[in-house]
Amino acid sequence: MTLLSVRDLEVEYATQGGPVPAVRGVDLDVEAGETMGLAGESGCGKSTIAHAILRLLPEGTRVSGEVLLEGEDVLTMSFGRLRAVRWGRAAIVFQGAMHSLNPVQRVGEQIAEAVRIHDAKVTDAEAGRRAGDLVERVGLPAGRARDYPHELSGGQRQRIMIAMALACGPRLLIADEPTTALDVMVQAQVLTLLKSLQDELKLGLLFITHDLSVLRELCDRLAVMYAGRVVEVGPAASVFREPAHPYTRALAGAFPSIGDPDDRRSPGGLGGDPPDPQRVPAGCSFHPRCPARFEPCDRVDPSLYPVEDGRRAACLLHEPSLAK
Amino acid sequence: MGMAGLIILFLFVAIAVLAPLIADREALDPTCPCTGAPLQSPSLEFPFGTDNLGRSVLALTIWGSRISLMVGFFATLISILIGSVVGIVAGYYGRWTESLLMRVTDWFLVIPFLPLAIVLASLLGRSLVIIIFVIGITSWPSTARIVRAQVLSVKTRPYVERARALGASNWHLATRHILPNVGPLIFANTILLVAIAILSETTLSFLGLGDPLSTSWGTILESAFGAGAGTAGNWWWLVPPGVAIVLVVLAFTMCGYALDEILNPRLRRR
Amino acid sequence: MSEAPLLQVHDLHVTFAGRQGLGAGLLGRRAADARAVDGVDLAVGEREVVALAGESGCGKTTLARTIMGLERPRSGRILFDGQPIGRDGLRAYRRKVQMVFQDPAGALNPRQTIYESVAEGLRVHGLHEGEERRVAEALASAGLRPPERFFLLYPHELSGGQRQRVVIAGALVLEPRMIVADEPVSMLDASVRGEILSLLLRLRDEFGLALLIVTHDLGLAWTVADRVAVMYLGKIVEVGPTEEVLTRPRHPYTRALLDVVPESGGDLTGRKVLAGEPPDPTNIPPGCRFHPRCPEVASGRAAALGQEERCRGEVPALREIVPGHFAACHLA
Repeated sequence: MTLLSVRDLEVEYATQGGPVPAVRGVDLDVEAGETMGLAGESGCGKSTIAHAILRLLPEGTRVSGEVLLEGEDVLTMSFGRLRAVRWGRAAIVFQGAMHSLNPVQRVGEQIAEAVRIHDAKVTDAEAGRRAGDLVERVGLPAGRARDYPHELSGGQRQRIMIAMALACGPRLLIADEPTTALDVMVQAQVLTLLKSLQDELKLGLLFITHDLSVLRELCDRLAVMYAGRVVEVGPAASVFREPAHPYTRALAGAFPSIGDPDDRRSPGGLGGDPPDPQRVPAGCSFHPRCPARFEPCDRVDPSLYPVEDGRRAACLLHEPSLAK
Repeated sequence: MGMAGLIILFLFVAIAVLAPLIADREALDPTCPCTGAPLQSPSLEFPFGTDNLGRSVLALTIWGSRISLMVGFFATLISILIGSVVGIVAGYYGRWTESLLMRVTDWFLVIPFLPLAIVLASLLGRSLVIIIFVIGITSWPSTARIVRAQVLSVKTRPYVERARALGASNWHLATRHILPNVGPLIFANTILLVAIAILSETTLSFLGLGDPLSTSWGTILESAFGAGAGTAGNWWWLVPPGVAIVLVVLAFTMCGYALDEILNPRLRRR
Repeated sequence: MSEAPLLQVHDLHVTFAGRQGLGAGLLGRRAADARAVDGVDLAVGEREVVALAGESGCGKTTLARTIMGLERPRSGRILFDGQPIGRDGLRAYRRKVQMVFQDPAGALNPRQTIYESVAEGLRVHGLHEGEERRVAEALASAGLRPPERFFLLYPHELSGGQRQRVVIAGALVLEPRMIVADEPVSMLDASVRGEILSLLLRLRDEFGLALLIVTHDLGLAWTVADRVAVMYLGKIVEVGPTEEVLTRPRHPYTRALLDVVPESGGDLTGRKVLAGEPPDPTNIPPGCRFHPRCPEVASGRAAALGQEERCRGEVPALREIVPGHFAACHLA
C-alpha cells in the first residue's frame, strides 16, 4: 500500500483580503522507503501541503481532497485518531525548526516529552532512555541530551529536531526546508543523516525545498510546484537532466554545475515574479514568464501530460494533440 | 475603538475650553447668589445637585475639567520632552553616554511619587506647579526606556546601515531614519501618559496636596470625602467628577489601543 | 596586470572585543577577543569581479564591511586607488565604493518611497542638481523601466527582485567605481537570482565597475566571478582565477567545500563530508587553523609527507602554487 497518497488537494486560506488559493489540485504519492522531493519557490504552496497532511492549517482554512496515510484519510479522521497519527505515523521537521526549541528546557527533556505525549504508560526513566537513544541515532553523543538549546550549534539543533520527529516511530517523515539556513558543510551532514536514517528505518521521506540541486542528490522522485500546482513530476535524475517543463528548466538553471564552462558568466534566470496566489494568470499560470510560450498558452490550462521516462509535465508543449 | 475614544476626548476638551460659556464662573464662588441650598440632590435647576456650600456640582465638574486636563497635558509634556531626549541620546550614542544616562534614569525611576509630592508640598506649599513638576519628574523614566529600546532596534536595521554606507552624517541618520521610526512610538506613549498624569493629579489633589483654591476633579472629590458625602448618601457630589475621570482615562486608553494597531504593522491588515 | 589594483587590503585585522559578565570581570577574567579578520591581503582590480567565499563565521562579511568603512580595523591598511581610505574623509570614499545588502526588504526604509530611497545618496552628498534625472537613470540601469512608474511606490509594493534592483539603483546613483555586494541574491527566489546576477555583470561591462561579491555559494562564484578568494576562520586560505580554484583546488578546505556541492549523478554517501563545525573566532586553533578538521591530517597523509608537525604548529602563508593561484597549505 502506498504510504502517502494525496489526491486532488485544494487549500484556500481565509484572509482579510479575501480567500487565497494556495494549493489548486495536487496529487502526490510517497512509498515507504522512498524519498520524494517537492521543489518550488516561495508562494508555490509546498509548505502548505506539508501542513495540510497533518491538518495543521489555521482555523477557517478550506481544505478539500484526500490525504491517505496508509489508507486512512487524514482529512476526515476523528480528532482522537488524528492526535495518534500526528507524530506517531507521520512527523514534520519544520522550517526554522531549530529556533522552535524551548530555550529553558534541556533538549533531551523535549524529546522525552514527545515520547510521553504519545505513550501515557511510559515511565520517565524509559522516556529519558529513549530520548538518549534518539540523540545518538542522529549522530550526537548521548550526553548532549542534557544540553540546553543555546549550547548547541545550528546543525546540532537541527539534528535534535530530527530526533524529536522520530520520537514516536513514524512511518513518514516530512522535512520542510530543513537545511535552508545551514552552511553547505552542515547541510551535507544533515542530508547524509537523513538518508541513512531513511535506509535504516525504512521511512518514507517527503523533502520540501527550493534548492533543486539538493533534491537531485537525495531523492528518488521529484515534483516541481508552481502557483499551487505540480508542473512536473518524475524520477529525480531525469527531471533534472532533461526538464520537460520550461519552469523546471529555469529553476535548474539557477543551480549551475561547477566545472561546466557553459555556466560561466551566463546566469540563467527568469524575468518577472512568481504570481500572486489571488491573481493567477489565465490559461497556463506560468505563461507570462515562459520563454517557450506559444499561441494557446494564455487560454488553455494544461494538465499533467506524460513525457518519456515516467515523467509528467503540465505544459502544452507536451500536449499530444497540440504537439508542435 | 479609536474613533470612540477620540470623540469622547474631543467632547471633554470642548467642555474645558468652552467652560466660561456653558457654566458661569461665579458658580464656583460660594457667596454667589446663584448657589442653591446645600447638599441638594439633582433637580431641574441643578442637574448634578449641589455641594455642601450650595454650589452647582455640574458647574464644578465643568470647571474642574480645565485644571485636570491642563495639569495632565503639561505634566506629560515635561515627561515626554525629558524622556524622549534622554532615550534618543542614550540609544543613539551608546557606550558611556548610554550607561550614564540609563543610570540617571534608573535613579529617577525609583523615586516614589507620593512621598516626593508630600515632601515638596510641605516645604514649598501646595500648588499646581508642584503637582505638574512631581508628575513630570517621576514619569519621564518609563518614556526614556521605551524610546531607548526603540532607538536601539531601529539603529541596527539594515536601511540605517545602508544610509551610513551611502555616507550619511549622524544628523541625517537621526532625523531621516531614527526619528520617523521612533516618533510614532513617542506619540502613542504620550497618549497613555496623559491619562496617567490626569489620574495622578486626581490622586494628589484627593489626598490634599493640590491647590486648595483651584477646582479640579480631584479637589471636588477631596471636599466631598472630607464632608462625608459617601456615608451621608450625597452620591451626586461624588459621581460626576468620578465618572468624568473614568471616561477621560478610558478615552485616552482607547486611542492608545487604536494607535498601537496603526503603528504596529503586524496588527494592521494589509 | 601592470596597472595597480583599484582596491588593496594589506594585513588587515579586525577584532571584536569579548564580552563578559560583571562577576567574571571582577574576578580578573577577561573574555577572549573574536578575531573575525585575522591578517588578510586582498586586491581587486578595475572591472574585476572577485568572489569572497566561505561559510558563516569565516569573516567575509566583516571584511566586506571593513572595506566599506563600516567597521574599524585593529590594524592593517586599505588602499583605494593608491590612497588609504578615509584620507580625504570617508564621505568622499563613499562616492567611489558602494554597497548592496543581503536583505532587500530590510535595506529599504519602509516609510520612504522608492524615489526617496534612491535619491538619498545624492542628497547626503549635496548633489541636488539634476536629481530626478539621475534617479531615473539609475533605476533604468537597474532594470526598472519605465523608472517613473516606481517613483512613488513603497518597498512593500514591490517584489523581492525589484527591491534588490532598487538597492542596486541606490548604489549606482553615486556613480561608484566599485560595488561591494553582501550575499546579493541569497534571500531572493531561485528563479529571480539569475536576473540580478546578469544585471551585476552588465553593470561591470557597461560602467566599468569592479565588484566584490561576498557569498557562501560557490556556484554563484562559478557563474560570475573572475577570481575567487576562499576564507576560513578569518584568513584567506586560497585565492586565484575562478576556473583554477574551483576545478583544481589546492587547499583541503576548498576541496571539501567543492565535494559537498550537490553535483550531477553524484551519490551522497560517497561524499567526503567534514565532521563538526568551524570553531569560534575566539578560539582559533594554533598552527594551520584548519588542521583539526583537515582530511589530510585525519587520513595520515600529512604525517606521511612529514608535514604534520608543521600543520599543527606553523601558520601557513599564502604561497603562489601556480601563477596567479595562491593557497595557504603546507601540503600544497
